[in-house]
Amino acid sequence: MSEFAVEVDNLVRTFKDGEVRALDGVTMHVPRGQVFGLLGPNGSGKTTMIRILSTILSPTSGSATVNGFDVVSHPDEVRRSIGLAGQSATVDENLTGFENLRMIGLLNHLPRSFVIGRARELLESFGLADAANRPCKTYSGGMRRRLDVAAALVADPPLLFLDEPTTGLDPQSRQDLWAMIEGLVEAGTTVLLTTQYLEEADRLARQLVVLDHGHVIAEGTPQELKSRLGTTVLSLTFATVSDVARGRELVGDLSAKPVVTDGTVVELTVDAGPAAAAEALRRLDNAGVTILGLALREPSLDDVFLTLTGHKAEDAEGAAALAGARPGRKARP
Amino acid sequence: MTPTPHAERSSLKWIVSDVAVIAQRDLLALVRIPTALVFAIIQPVMFVLLFRYVFGGAIQVPGGQYVNFLIPGILVQTTIFGAIGTAIGLAEDLQRGLIERFRALPMTRLAVLGGRTVADLTRNIFVLLIITGIGYAVGFRPGGGFTAYVEASLLMLFFAYSISWGFAFVGLAAPNSETAQAMAFPIIFPLTFASDIFVPLQHMPGWLQVFARNQPVSQVATAVRGLMLGTPIGNAGWLTLAWGTGILVVLTPLATSRYRRAA
Repeated sequence: MSEFAVEVDNLVRTFKDGEVRALDGVTMHVPRGQVFGLLGPNGSGKTTMIRILSTILSPTSGSATVNGFDVVSHPDEVRRSIGLAGQSATVDENLTGFENLRMIGLLNHLPRSFVIGRARELLESFGLADAANRPCKTYSGGMRRRLDVAAALVADPPLLFLDEPTTGLDPQSRQDLWAMIEGLVEAGTTVLLTTQYLEEADRLARQLVVLDHGHVIAEGTPQELKSRLGTTVLSLTFATVSDVARGRELVGDLSAKPVVTDGTVVELTVDAGPAAAAEALRRLDNAGVTILGLALREPSLDDVFLTLTGHKAEDAEGAAALAGARPGRKARP
Repeated sequence: MTPTPHAERSSLKWIVSDVAVIAQRDLLALVRIPTALVFAIIQPVMFVLLFRYVFGGAIQVPGGQYVNFLIPGILVQTTIFGAIGTAIGLAEDLQRGLIERFRALPMTRLAVLGGRTVADLTRNIFVLLIITGIGYAVGFRPGGGFTAYVEASLLMLFFAYSISWGFAFVGLAAPNSETAQAMAFPIIFPLTFASDIFVPLQHMPGWLQVFARNQPVSQVATAVRGLMLGTPIGNAGWLTLAWGTGILVVLTPLATSRYRRAA
């Protein structure tokens, strides 16, 4: 058997007769026994990738194998060896937690007696035992996600796809889910995780691929990625647009990366935050340019994209997700 | 490689098992939302009361009482309306992402549609029994005998089941459950109301009679009514079977291929 749980080679998927290229020649290899992160904003192709790998969608061209099985020629073998959770899949609102897990187990063609025991075991270990016999529509967002992941684990698959599992969760539920994922990997499961949060990828993933508009724009360990980024963002707010232009000229060389301007705010990605801030203040003061604000912050996913691509992470449908709401279903092509 | 007989048997077993699991899931949802079930019953009951006591006096039927004309018609209408459940349910599953989860499972491809339509069929049996009881309460006295009543019931359940597959296609094509429901009504209204479900055809204008006489629901209503009341049905029974079979032959593959492409 191959050393990789997932092998994707030059994968292309187009929608609307080729007008939209959701995946545009992606190659990646997911090693066994670790969390592999697929990082990117909404619309970058993450979910399309997960849907192809879980046989929901067929590729336009290129190849993908999952646990050694081709997704096009051997979809049944692929389906038997994976679990899927997150925004691509969901639980039945009208059924109880137990009934949901039993249904998924039976549809995996597992013996009924095994399924019942397995469902109870999972509900217990995911902290849902007390809610096992309540319809899922009474569950909180965090409980629902945990049940969703539990459902993907009923058949004890060697490979788990988690499609933005923590989008819209509160910080505590997110921490709980992270701990759960770490436990799974310790027990030998391979996890392919998509996320739009750098923090999440940093915490969980040993290796990362960054997608943008269907292209791989970066790959490596989170550490490698961050060192490419610079560690801090220095944000300067000016009073007027003409000050912005002068300010950029004065401090632009403090960052090796492109300087970003948004209205009267200028942002630089720097390695040594405080020193760069002090130097910027000195130069601006000497030139007599006043600033309204100065801030140092951790780089965000937006900064990753700005640095890697030079354009902002376009966010066609992300407003709701960023606001903490459950993300809407993707429009069906 | 030719599959062994054992493999074939076990795959048939899984088809039946998968359909049963999905049907059970859909029926559980029905029980979990009792208001939906209550309203599914209330609507035909209102129709019974409305036509029996409000319009009934003004409607002349050839030979016999209007209530005996009405109840078989209401039964046909209610079972066909029940098929809309397939459209709404599938659209909802699609919208919520459940279909995606099913598609990533090693289950029988056909089971989501098969299970959903079987769930509708089961619900229709239940509704049929209730409306029959209510019919009796308002004076319905079919003279065709028990066997003919069962035959009539099977005939309309079969026809409604074939319609479920049509609505499976509608449900998979609709962007959400509200639209699925809205798409279903323009199909179902002319079929059920421009028929002899509530009134004899001879009172309709000539052009409408041509449509009403030849569309399948009138054949179903004629066959069911004739069997229940013990009056001759001509070839309406065979025509009903032919329509039902024809609809299944055309729409099962259409709905299935739509399911493969959906999500």
